[in-house]
Amino acid sequence: MISIDNVTVGYGTAGFITAVDGVSFTIGSNEIIGIAGESGSGKSTLMRALYGDFSTGLRIKSGTVTGRFTDAATGKAIEKPSSQFRDLWWDQISYIPQGSMSVLNPLMKIEKQVVDGLPKRERGGSRRELRARIAKFLAGFGLEENVLDAYPHQLSGGMRQRVLVAIAAFVNPRLILADEPTTALDVVVQKKILLMMVEIQRRLQNTLVLVSHDLGVHYQITDRLVIMYKGRIVEAGRTAEIFANPRHDYTRNLIASLPRLHGQRAVDRVGAGA
Amino acid sequence: MSDAPILEVRNVSRSYRKGGFFGGTHFKAVDNVSFTLPAKPQVFSIVGESGSGKTTLARMVLRLVEPSEGDIRLLGRPLTGKEGRIDNLEFRRLVQPIFQNPFEAFSAYLPIEDYLRRTALNLKVARSVEEADRLADRALRSVNLSLERIRGKYIRQFSGGELQRISVARALIPQPKLIVADEPVSMVDASLRMSIVNLFRTIVEEQGVSFIYITHDLSTAYYLSDQVAIMNHGRVVESGVPTDILDNPSEAYTRELMAAIPTVGERWSELDAIDSTYPTHSSRQKTGLNQPPANA
Repeated sequence: MISIDNVTVGYGTAGFITAVDGVSFTIGSNEIIGIAGESGSGKSTLMRALYGDFSTGLRIKSGTVTGRFTDAATGKAIEKPSSQFRDLWWDQISYIPQGSMSVLNPLMKIEKQVVDGLPKRERGGSRRELRARIAKFLAGFGLEENVLDAYPHQLSGGMRQRVLVAIAAFVNPRLILADEPTTALDVVVQKKILLMMVEIQRRLQNTLVLVSHDLGVHYQITDRLVIMYKGRIVEAGRTAEIFANPRHDYTRNLIASLPRLHGQRAVDRVGAGA
Repeated sequence: MSDAPILEVRNVSRSYRKGGFFGGTHFKAVDNVSFTLPAKPQVFSIVGESGSGKTTLARMVLRLVEPSEGDIRLLGRPLTGKEGRIDNLEFRRLVQPIFQNPFEAFSAYLPIEDYLRRTALNLKVARSVEEADRLADRALRSVNLSLERIRGKYIRQFSGGELQRISVARALIPQPKLIVADEPVSMVDASLRMSIVNLFRTIVEEQGVSFIYITHDLSTAYYLSDQVAIMNHGRVVESGVPTDILDNPSEAYTRELMAAIPTVGERWSELDAIDSTYPTHSSRQKTGLNQPPANA
């Protein structure tokens, strides 16, 4: 669906600060692909290059990101570089950005924010019909209709994140890009939202690209995993294989650093508990 | 040193008004909670999801919020009330906070060493700038940094993990008895989390500081703590030694919290149950995904 070919991405017009350095991989259809790495590893930058959002000084220096989609109405094949993805946004491609608090407009009710994001083909019918359709859809995400009349600050973090996931899923996109969608949430809410995202992916048989620094999340839901470190891919492959047999030291350290229930405890490590 | 417990929390509740200006209802954010941190330094974890009341409880221990009922004693002395209340300066020397987001905890407009210096001077643990710097350096060294390394830098020049270690150092400056850490690692990268959690343990053992560790993450609580209390809807539903509780949880809520952790090694069973027989994209209806997920 998307081929990333030796792409170098960074910021700046006068100078150039490299964030993603010579990265290649392909994103297929009907899969959940994870991108893992610590802060500053370039995973969010890579995500924005995939989305084709070059509004804030982001620039592809070399290499290409090419997308192949099928036009839903005409059935024609579309092939274009990510710099021209703009007309596919909220049609073929949806994006769930990081930080639900800062993403939703604080001065706009949820209903307007949902409607604003919809492409023309979804906006048919009267306002009331559209609202009823959205409300019915949101109900499936455990959100009541009165959420539509709320401002973002009136919702909890989990509810806002559900709103974002719902907006992204509503247009039946072929590709959903989610950047740390559950990082600020507690584990119970995180699990619900992740299960919801997996369900959407399986039903639509589309592609979900998930950026997260939490390897546990990747282990749970991704099919394939790309591990980034300092702007480069250090390891990529089937998620199960990477966890069973990590090749790179960095991956091994990441996996070993995860705390485990029933595992070793700090009290044991320090000694007799003083 | 006295044998009085570091902290005693006795039947503490906190209610908030909810609803209209007239005739609103009250709801209890914290509902009749009791626990004790004994004189021996240790880590006491309070685990729960958002809205469980764990942060309100922490804020009461930090004296930022007053309990509606019950009382809290620090080293045998009351935190609130008129009789024998610990004065503010002494309280802040004994109890120090660490917050979730270090980028919000420090001012962006002060060099970080200035911040540490002011902490020492304001708490009157140092009388001169030189002495304050010496205390700051000692505290920084116990988190594997030094005054030299941070001199002249502002918060945006640090990574989240480094800055959180500096918050730990700041809290250590007055050599407190108790540190209350509210979600101290949830903003920190997974790969750095364990280094900070291990640091807490070292501080407990080497400097004799007790910790109240507030988190939604049972796995770090299990790893780090001597005692754990699970909170739900303002109440402590289960408490005790982590191995006892988590190897054999008696409460359904505890099991639910455990099951929600994205562990490596065991996949969530719910994933297998997700229905994947939805029609493919080519046959989609024009009105979008008509059936929302059932797994809400």
